[in-house]
Amino acid sequence: MEIGPIWRALMRNKASYVLIALQIAVTMAIMVNAINIIQERATQMARPSGVDEENIFYLSSYIFDPDADFEAAIAADLMAIRNFPGVRNAILSNSVPLLGGGWSEGITLEPDPDMDSTGVAVFFSDENGIDTFGLNLLAGRNFEPTEVNWHDFDSNAWPPLTIMTRAMVEELWPDEPYENALGKTVYVHDTKPVTIVGITERMQAAWNSWSGVERSMLVPVLRGTSASRYVIRAEPGYRDEVMPQIEEMLLASRDDRIVNSMRTMEETRQRSYFEDASMVKLLVFVVAILTAITGLGIVGLASFSVARRTKQIGTRRALGATRPAILRYFMLENFLISTVGVVGGAAVAIAINMWMVEAFGLQRIAWYLIPAAMATLWLVGQVAVFGPARRATMVSPALATRSV
Amino acid sequence: MFRYYLKLGWFSIRKNPILSALMVAAIAIGIGACMTIINVDYVMSGNPIPHRSDVLYHVQVDSWSPNDAYEDPDLPPEQVTYMDGYALWDAGKARRQTLSYKTGRVIQPQDQGVRPFELESRATTGDFFTMFDPPFLFGGGWDESADRGEEPVVVISREINDQVFGGEDSTGRSLVMNGQPYRVTGVLDTWEPMPKFFDVNNGPFEAVEGVYFPLSVAIANELSSWGNTSCWKPAEGGWEGRLASECIWLQLWVELHGESEKQEYMAFLDAYAESQKAAGRFARPVNNRLNNVMEWMEDREVVAEDVNVLLGLAVLFLVVCLLNTIGLLLAKVARRTGDISLRRALGASRSAVFSQYIVEAGMIGVAGGVLGVGMTWLGLQGIRGLYGELDFIARLVAMDWPIIFLAIGLAIVSALAAALYPTWRACRVHPASQLKAL
Repeated sequence: MEIGPIWRALMRNKASYVLIALQIAVTMAIMVNAINIIQERATQMARPSGVDEENIFYLSSYIFDPDADFEAAIAADLMAIRNFPGVRNAILSNSVPLLGGGWSEGITLEPDPDMDSTGVAVFFSDENGIDTFGLNLLAGRNFEPTEVNWHDFDSNAWPPLTIMTRAMVEELWPDEPYENALGKTVYVHDTKPVTIVGITERMQAAWNSWSGVERSMLVPVLRGTSASRYVIRAEPGYRDEVMPQIEEMLLASRDDRIVNSMRTMEETRQRSYFEDASMVKLLVFVVAILTAITGLGIVGLASFSVARRTKQIGTRRALGATRPAILRYFMLENFLISTVGVVGGAAVAIAINMWMVEAFGLQRIAWYLIPAAMATLWLVGQVAVFGPARRATMVSPALATRSV
Repeated sequence: MFRYYLKLGWFSIRKNPILSALMVAAIAIGIGACMTIINVDYVMSGNPIPHRSDVLYHVQVDSWSPNDAYEDPDLPPEQVTYMDGYALWDAGKARRQTLSYKTGRVIQPQDQGVRPFELESRATTGDFFTMFDPPFLFGGGWDESADRGEEPVVVISREINDQVFGGEDSTGRSLVMNGQPYRVTGVLDTWEPMPKFFDVNNGPFEAVEGVYFPLSVAIANELSSWGNTSCWKPAEGGWEGRLASECIWLQLWVELHGESEKQEYMAFLDAYAESQKAAGRFARPVNNRLNNVMEWMEDREVVAEDVNVLLGLAVLFLVVCLLNTIGLLLAKVARRTGDISLRRALGASRSAVFSQYIVEAGMIGVAGGVLGVGMTWLGLQGIRGLYGELDFIARLVAMDWPIIFLAIGLAIVSALAAALYPTWRACRVHPASQLKAL
């Protein structure tokens, strides 16, 4: 092969080739780390929330007359919403998964304030909660209507039953099959006993970046206060039609009411992951532009290299080198430079990743990203150099004789 | 000579239009990417109240649980309980003190056609307006007697004044909120502190509240917080229980001038913590903090982590663009060794050759910088398009003169730095060796 002579020729005029190799290396480092961040965000965004996202929407109703009978108003609202054509079910709750704001509590296995507690997201619900959210009950049972009570949290009492997510019970008892948690009693606020009657497959908390996002519990509670959030599950296909109608119905039913923050679950997911989605777009853009610039740099440098060696090419052609041989020379030259670049790039990429793991708690890069980025940059180099190299093959052998 | 070099540079650039365009474009894109992120970072980490940031101190006292620190490593809570906040405000040991929290009110316009609407509001003591110095369009804030007397007074934003009073001077008029009339004492002009330093608990870049009314009125009306509330111990029942609880939900700021006042106030806080210990509260070691505005912003890390990651990537991006430029300049010099040798043979000194090529590189730098400012603008528009849903973004992407000059300066410095090595190589050309080949 011609690698030997090409390498020696490169060594005679190192500076510009070293620079292009450096450029390839930094490009690769950015590419690998950007893709690593993109992957991490994409994995997070792909996690299911556990609820029927397509058909659920929710709204806040705020009754601002302080003397109103909130409990009666809420009961009437729930009845009207549930009977509304196109609505499958509805509940009064405090939050929905991914909303960004919610209620959390610490759970302990014993009534002991010195014990470490496990954080959990609390969702208020009644016996319609499982159906409204569209949860999959893995074990145990739903709440009975008689177990759901109006509750004043300022009174400091706590409902005695709960349905937990599988992730939560597995966090509490990591060594046991999740079914064993049924019937067990845990403690809220170190002192209030709560018995687990059911276990759901999945229901995410309100905060997508919380490490315990899969840990949630439903509690059988109705709260009669001025501000209420209704979570509504429409029949498939009816959501968009029903939303404005429900709002209108609620507004028409009382003068002292404000309805706001009406949103679908799909919108909630978008808002929750908005920054991640934007970051992904930005990074994709950065990687694309960067690859283009590096490609253009290779084109520029190769053009120069060809122009400078016109006579040499002519001489080689005159001495019998074929056009493919000339093409191969430049392609191979670029391949060698790229190789130096991507090998250096792999090292820089790993170094930057190690620093990012340290500084920002990012994940480690997947092993295959390195060879994939190497292959991509090799390919970019070959494509970029092809144009100038083809021009080199057009150099006529006669040129060599003319000006020497 | 300088003008002659400019002319030479222009000829040289025209001789290789594609290559020169490539260099200018590489610098411009690199500068554009870098400056876009620097601009976002600059606005995010900017001083929201430059003329007073050194005299405003955020107060923290460690009232947290005996078992765990509020935040590792052993940091005191970022807000205060009502008990502590009220006691410290009531003591009045600083020049001024503001105790406030975010809540909500329903505004009921007198105009029957307009439906009532709900609004984020701030319950605060009257020093808020003198301490944080929001611009007033009409009237002003209220004084301590209104705080103590639970007087229903209100300061409203320009927007609310436009909506409810048609933009007229509404001071002295009555605004009905949740069925209760409040007397308007002042109307604020547009006010957009970035970040919203006095309460960074619910998104540091949120807009400020639309109405402000006395804390004492909010407490009397039992208005719960719309911001974060954290408790290490559950509250006892009812509103009274909430007020007497260990839950933190208020922000306390004090105004102190100079180190000695700060020391004095710190001593007061420590004495307060000791007195609470004696009363059976404050189980943790005394750990009180006073941070001025910028220290507090730093402490709370208001600049999003994503911005820091992007800033790092943008700098690397600029490095790639510069490497690109160096490579191209080197190639250019390599091609021009003949010219250089000729000039040297005719008597030009090395420094003359150096000046000539540095001027040329500087021209490319200026062109790249100017184009880079355009690219930065495009980049910021892109960010706005991407993040358009968040209303604070519009304020983040405004460009000001320092940023524009920084962009051009960075471009020139980058281009010159990129040109150093190639130019140095150009000076080292041996005339004799090259002239032979001509």
